[in-house]
Amino acid sequence: MPASTSETTQQQIDEEIRRIETDAAELVAAGATPERHPRRDYPPYRSSLLRHPTHRLVRVDPEEIERHSPAFGHTDVDPLEADLTIQHSGEPLGERITVSGRVLDGDGRPVRRQLVELWQANSAGRYVHKRDQHPAPLDPNFTGVGRAITGDDGSYSFRTIKPGPYPWRNHTNAWRPAHIHFSLFGSQFTQRLVTQMYFPGDPLFALDPIYQSIADPAARERLVGHYDHGSSVPEQSLGYRWDIVLTGSRSTWLEPEDADE
Amino acid sequence: MSDLVPTPSQTVGPFFHFALAYEGGGQLVPGHHPDAVVLHGTVFDGSGAAVPDALIEIWQADDTGEVPQGLGSLDRDPTVFTGFGRAATTRAGTYLFTTVRPAVGFVTLAVFARGLSHHLFTRAYLADTDDSLLGSLPADRRGTLLATPEGPSSYRFDIRLQGDGETVFLEYP
Repeated sequence: MPASTSETTQQQIDEEIRRIETDAAELVAAGATPERHPRRDYPPYRSSLLRHPTHRLVRVDPEEIERHSPAFGHTDVDPLEADLTIQHSGEPLGERITVSGRVLDGDGRPVRRQLVELWQANSAGRYVHKRDQHPAPLDPNFTGVGRAITGDDGSYSFRTIKPGPYPWRNHTNAWRPAHIHFSLFGSQFTQRLVTQMYFPGDPLFALDPIYQSIADPAARERLVGHYDHGSSVPEQSLGYRWDIVLTGSRSTWLEPEDADE
Repeated sequence: MSDLVPTPSQTVGPFFHFALAYEGGGQLVPGHHPDAVVLHGTVFDGSGAAVPDALIEIWQADDTGEVPQGLGSLDRDPTVFTGFGRAATTRAGTYLFTTVRPAVGFVTLAVFARGLSHHLFTRAYLADTDDSLLGSLPADRRGTLLATPEGPSSYRFDIRLQGDGETVFLEYP
């Protein structure tokens, strides 16, 4: 059983992380498919201890409703909501960036006209949230919430500032790497995804039990956006690109009843 | 067979309310709708404690069985049933939706929470049937998917993430 949160050191967390990663690598070496999602049961992330199911998930073919997704559109989202730097009277503090990419399904088809939601801390690592007690300054010119509807090619683009890393209470001296939260819908509800995008080269990756809860190194690298000089804007902003793949049930394309829809 | 591998999930974290919760998120129909029903419950962790920082989404057919395709889930139009709702749990761990009974019998839920690295899907059945899912479950777990009627227009559906009475959670092949 892991030691209680307040007494746990980074070194203990590191050891737990490495042990799980080694176990996962051995499974792959023995022929298992690399794990594509985080483990819900991941003791180094202490909040997961009482919040993961212990029974196996029950496999079920999706019903028709689950093979569809809620529809969102421009009656729901104003195009200006994709610019997080213009929501107040002044300019937010921090490094101005763009984050853009495409949302694709498992067959590489664009996820068209769907909702992308994003939220983040400010450049000092503070969220506009009453329960965030990190004593870093709030920025009166930055809320940190954006929404967009993907284009016909699955594309999205946000203008924002680079969020700061921040401390949390998983263990002593725990810090989250800088990240942006994303929420995505696909063309079926089974593709629903909430995740986080990270920035390349962050020294906190190896130490962070949330990022490391994805036991396969190649899988977690899929959460790291890459710097793209071509999308940097002179005198304005640095560009990051991050493509997102939503795989849900594959039965959609096998069900004959879909043919007449 | 899919060619691309999925982008991994990550927890919704503790600080999502200011971004994901929105006015009217739990109101798929107005309370005065003649067929309105309340679907509500409490989310519990493995120690039996209520979970005050979960986010519940529901997605459902309408009372004729049609798959809703109308816009307006984020900016509600009371004349359009979009089939989608979103509600954060309260400090007491409770959530509440106002909706209509889906003709297909169940509402699909997605559960997100701090501490939960990958969301969970489940179904709340408002009527006991023997569809392929319920029919396949062992007797001692089947009941976790049955919402409890409370009078003519209210249903209780508690979600237990772990432990005694753990809710049946789903994966789609």
